[in-house]
Amino acid sequence: MITAERKPLEEIIDYVKDFKRILLLGCNECVTVCAAGGRKEVGLLASGLQMALLKSGTSIEIREHTLERQCDPEYVEELVPMIDSADAVLSMACGCGVQQLAMRFKEKPVFPAVNTKFMGGSERQGVWTERCQGCGDCLLGITGGICPIARCAKQLMNGPCGGSCNGKCEIGDDVECAWHLIWERLKALGLQERYLDIMPAKDWRPGGGAGPRKIIREDLAE
Amino acid sequence: MKTESYLERVLAAGHLAVTSECGPPRGATAASILDKAKYLEGIVDAVNITDNQTAMVRMSSFAGSVLLRQQGMHPLLQMVTRDRNRLAMQADILGAYALGIDTMLCLSGDHTRFGDHPMAMNVHDIDSIQLIQMVKTMRDEGKFQGGAEIKGAPKMFIGAAANPFADPFELRVMRLAKKIAAGADFIQTQCIFNVEKFERWMEGVRKMGLHKKCYILAGVTPMKSVGAARYMKNKVPGMDVPTELVERMASVEKEKQPAEGIAICVETMERLKQVEGVAGFHIMAIDWEEKVEEIVKKAGLYPRPQIQ
Repeated sequence: MITAERKPLEEIIDYVKDFKRILLLGCNECVTVCAAGGRKEVGLLASGLQMALLKSGTSIEIREHTLERQCDPEYVEELVPMIDSADAVLSMACGCGVQQLAMRFKEKPVFPAVNTKFMGGSERQGVWTERCQGCGDCLLGITGGICPIARCAKQLMNGPCGGSCNGKCEIGDDVECAWHLIWERLKALGLQERYLDIMPAKDWRPGGGAGPRKIIREDLAE
Repeated sequence: MKTESYLERVLAAGHLAVTSECGPPRGATAASILDKAKYLEGIVDAVNITDNQTAMVRMSSFAGSVLLRQQGMHPLLQMVTRDRNRLAMQADILGAYALGIDTMLCLSGDHTRFGDHPMAMNVHDIDSIQLIQMVKTMRDEGKFQGGAEIKGAPKMFIGAAANPFADPFELRVMRLAKKIAAGADFIQTQCIFNVEKFERWMEGVRKMGLHKKCYILAGVTPMKSVGAARYMKNKVPGMDVPTELVERMASVEKEKQPAEGIAICVETMERLKQVEGVAGFHIMAIDWEEKVEEIVKKAGLYPRPQIQ
């Protein structure tokens, strides 16, 4: 999923302080799962904002709403009846959701309330780690299901650098060496010889090297 | 012989080669690098010019190499994949060769986390093995990485690094095999303090016959003080400094520690000379270039061969 973290309250206040009526929007997908921008976080941010602004002598009207998916035009359409009563929109969705709103409601200022981080998985309760960089040409089939692009600090494609120590990355003990993991996995699968194959220089075009990416499914596109 | 490289000629003639390194200055003064390089003139066969070593901005390896070449020395251009993409690297390789630089070392580079620009974007368009492959394709096939023809191929003698002390140990010989398969002509190893572990690695290297496919230069570093020994032991990723060496440095008075560090370095070189497959030495006297002459002489590697 796409992970996100809420922006510091001061930054959010700076965006919205000059408006009287704010529409604060959550998203029920990824940001809900990673506890950054779902219904619950919308409620918390709304009261946090109200309190902070009251302290500085400002009052602001905040209307709360959470869409099923903010990156999808069908759901964004739900906002039509409430958009006119807002001077600005504050979105707790990922960057895709924020842009979907900005595209649909061209006359409204739209501000992000979260920092969109990465595509990750849940490691344990409350901990999410990066697992994929969307390089568009998946290598997991030859690296034992562990991604060197997303998980090696140097994106090495042919083995660990000289800084790997006790299974940890040279950048810090809290980061596992992706190639150590790959090697252990290849051994466990009896595929160690595969390591000797040289992975050629990567074509980054499917990974964004050729500009913004697009998927068109002819069978589904209108 | 694949190239005109002086280092290749020394190695091909069967001599134990000696290389050392010279870190470019953190400024734009040519004299700073030339003054350091003078200590190495006539003492070593080639001088590595580091490329933004430890992820700190310095004068470029390319410029430093040209400055040394202009003095008639044999620079060894270091190139890391951290800072530039494949277009920029190939452009520099063409330019460097045009200016008389025919020997290079392909590296991925220290992570920016360790330098003074931790906020920088790491490029890593390609990795060190892919860089080796790219330089070999440029040299042997006269082609750019993208496939187009090069008008005037750069005939580079291609070096790579190997660290026998990093983990997982059992993968380290295979990693060397990959670098050689990619096109590495010579290898400079990480600083060797743990000779036994290095010997175990070399056993694996010989078992795969890799020492016959590529020249292996054993890396050594003289320790200046017990503090430096401790720092390398504890703080430098991938370094293996045995406790007994740190204790040996600590056992002598502070003023005598530099001499002790040099003695350890020379003893290590004597032991390494006995290891089958070691084709020479790479002396990394970090900011201590003035001592390289003494080390080379004490190790019985002076005078250097004069090869036409």
